[in-house]
Amino acid sequence: MDTHNTPKRHELSMARSMCWHCQSEVHGEYFCQQCVKVQPLTKELDYFTCLGLPRQLTINADRLEAKFYELSRAFHPDFFQNKTQTEQAISLRNSALLNSAYRTLKDPVQRAEYLLRLEAGSAKDIRTAPPSDLFEEILALQENLEEFRSAGPEADPAGRKELQARLTTHRLTLEARQRQLEARLFERFTEWDRLQERESRGEQVRTEKDAVLKEMQEILSNRTYLRNIVSNVVTTIG
Amino acid sequence: MSRIVGIDLGTTNSLIAYMDGAAPRVISGRNSRSLVPSVVAMTDNGLIVGDAAKERLIRDPRRTIYSIKRFMGKSLEDVAEELRYFPYRLHEQGGVIRIQVGDKHYSPPQISAMILKELKRRAEEFLGEEIRKAVITVPAYFNDSQRQATKDAGTIAGLEVLRIINEPTAASLAYGLQKKTQGLIAVYDLGGGTFDISILKLKNGIFEVLATNGNTHLGGDDFDRRVADFILGQIREHHGVDLAEYPDSMQAARLEAERVKIALSDSQKSGVALELPEGKGTFRAELTRDQLEGLVMDLVQQTVDPCRLALKDAGLPPSQIDEVVLVGGSTRMPLVRRRVQELFGKVPHSELNPDEVVALGAAVQADILSGGTQDMLLLDVTPLSLGIETMGGVMSPLIRRNTTIPTSAKEMFTTYVDGQTSVDIHVLQGERELAKDNRSLARFQLKVPPLPAGVPRIEVLFLIDANGILNVTAKDVRTGQSQSIEVKPSYGLTDEEVEHMITESFRFAAEDLKARQLIEARTEADSIIRATEKAFALGGHLIGPEEIAAIKAALAALQSAKGQDDHRAIRARIEDLEKATHHLAEVLMDTTLKEALKNKKLSELP
Repeated sequence: MDTHNTPKRHELSMARSMCWHCQSEVHGEYFCQQCVKVQPLTKELDYFTCLGLPRQLTINADRLEAKFYELSRAFHPDFFQNKTQTEQAISLRNSALLNSAYRTLKDPVQRAEYLLRLEAGSAKDIRTAPPSDLFEEILALQENLEEFRSAGPEADPAGRKELQARLTTHRLTLEARQRQLEARLFERFTEWDRLQERESRGEQVRTEKDAVLKEMQEILSNRTYLRNIVSNVVTTIG
Repeated sequence: MSRIVGIDLGTTNSLIAYMDGAAPRVISGRNSRSLVPSVVAMTDNGLIVGDAAKERLIRDPRRTIYSIKRFMGKSLEDVAEELRYFPYRLHEQGGVIRIQVGDKHYSPPQISAMILKELKRRAEEFLGEEIRKAVITVPAYFNDSQRQATKDAGTIAGLEVLRIINEPTAASLAYGLQKKTQGLIAVYDLGGGTFDISILKLKNGIFEVLATNGNTHLGGDDFDRRVADFILGQIREHHGVDLAEYPDSMQAARLEAERVKIALSDSQKSGVALELPEGKGTFRAELTRDQLEGLVMDLVQQTVDPCRLALKDAGLPPSQIDEVVLVGGSTRMPLVRRRVQELFGKVPHSELNPDEVVALGAAVQADILSGGTQDMLLLDVTPLSLGIETMGGVMSPLIRRNTTIPTSAKEMFTTYVDGQTSVDIHVLQGERELAKDNRSLARFQLKVPPLPAGVPRIEVLFLIDANGILNVTAKDVRTGQSQSIEVKPSYGLTDEEVEHMITESFRFAAEDLKARQLIEARTEADSIIRATEKAFALGGHLIGPEEIAAIKAALAALQSAKGQDDHRAIRARIEDLEKATHHLAEVLMDTTLKEALKNKKLSELP
């Protein structure tokens, strides 16, 4: 540890991380600069930081992949076979965290849900009522579904076929709507990223950020609601 | 770091490979064949594995075990449908199949361990050093129980299994090493008993598996059965004999079916010949490639759906796949190649021997683990979703299929009733909605301090390691205390059983060694008897009657010793015979030398 420079007062009160092996100070590096031992990624580390990214929603897929590959080469258990048990355990946990981070951030919808969990505590309030403009559509669909289920497979084939066709139409409508929601969600991505940049320049954007988060939350819960209904239809009519 | 070998533990054949400098190499046996048939024969004199065991399939069907991989990590119920094809007695104990041979019972990992030991011995003989560490391959679609059973087999065989890797990904490593391929590749692996499809992205030395799918009960064995059933039907029809009553004839039919199937990959038709039991003559027929394809068409078709699902999970249309690689002996069938070509719209690759490519890849992975190759890295996935049973018998998934491993999921558990002191957890693997339709992996109990309902907080970490094997740890969040969990595998051996089997295998090792020594002594006896007879024919007239009598006596003594089970006695008689024929050999040497000299000009002499 460096004891020559007198640290400023506020630095003294800060917690300091130590290398588990040589006890020298570490600042979130993946490997200790003194003894080159692999360092555990802390449990509190969010996925963006884990992959060396700012907390923004527009992500370049190629760059994300390159970073994932680079870190995989750093952490994968394959490269720790000859190391101590502690290092092997760290490599295993770091790899598992890295894989979860990559999987989550790779997919834009999961990425948005994750950001909401980070920023607002939860990704979505579980919706029990349909979006207002789809109320009638979904009501009709539920009735058709009920009818289809109660009729059973022995029902007259013509009526069954007709119901099936109607349900398929419903399904297509809802799927189109789902895509629409996703497009709206992605528009919010740029908005969010712009706010993040303004904030980094020292501007106050908290209220605006909360508004965007709320919008995204709304979109995501509608999307989940629709997706559940669609998968319900798909499993019922096969 | 001691050497790590790569092992392909196959349904019908197994291989062992090592890294020879920068190139993986398969180790051949004395017969210069690289394949070791995955057959184990229990004889009166101990254990035989490989080619010699395969020869006993017909002679001693009830004590000769083959295709053991189909039983790994399975319960009796899982394999009920195919039991009629196997001539030995099976039962289940503690969720694990046991095979009864005489009055002994063996679990599938024990039988597999016998094959592994044979491979290990082969490598030790070739490399001249002890082998203790290995990478063993498994079908990508193997579930946790099947992987664990394979690892157990390694442990019983005295091997530290450093990594279980998937066969199609191993193959991709071997291909990648050779060709420096980049892009999206599909590996279609149809072996003796299992089918896998894996979609990979190869980029700058990273082999990232995007999706995998398969069927761990579909392969060349099933094709053979179709052909065998066809032959059996013909025999019933034309000769009124039901071979099902004769285990030896059933085996003969199966082997003939395999031979015909293989022949039909190169030719359009093949003769079928089978000795009927009780001297009822020989069945003869002819089978065309078209007929064969008719018999197995639906089986080959069964590989198509998994391919489509894997592509869907990878989010790719078939047209985006840059290369298709064929692995496994069954991909030699023209029908399979046609089907794959139709599906992906391109001619599949098969430059590397489809029988050897998996073992070669395992050796490459072994080299990576030992710190040799550093520029290649395999990022594999877990083939099946992992979850737990929740209220109402529903499976609640924690880790989705095709998630890159290692991976983990945390779940918090609490109690329903005041003062409840334990929580039962049932771990499942599979894609179905209901718990009962999925594979039960294990059950365990969390200990909980007696508190009002809902207050305890037990955090359980489910971690799938780089082998695709599940590890479970738990922690009481309130006290921060971790608790050790005793996971009872649903279809696997317990640690104690594995321990016990290791000791047992040492006990049998002496017996097995005796069996091998006996086989080797007999083989040597055979060759010296043949050589002596030949020498007699050539030079019998050149030696005296006393000598002839001595040689004849020594020959007779060796013949009789060969019939006994004492390898030392055989060796002793071999030495006697060698002594008795010493003079004859000299005489013969002289004459042939003279003959040779007579026919050569002086200038040609050294």
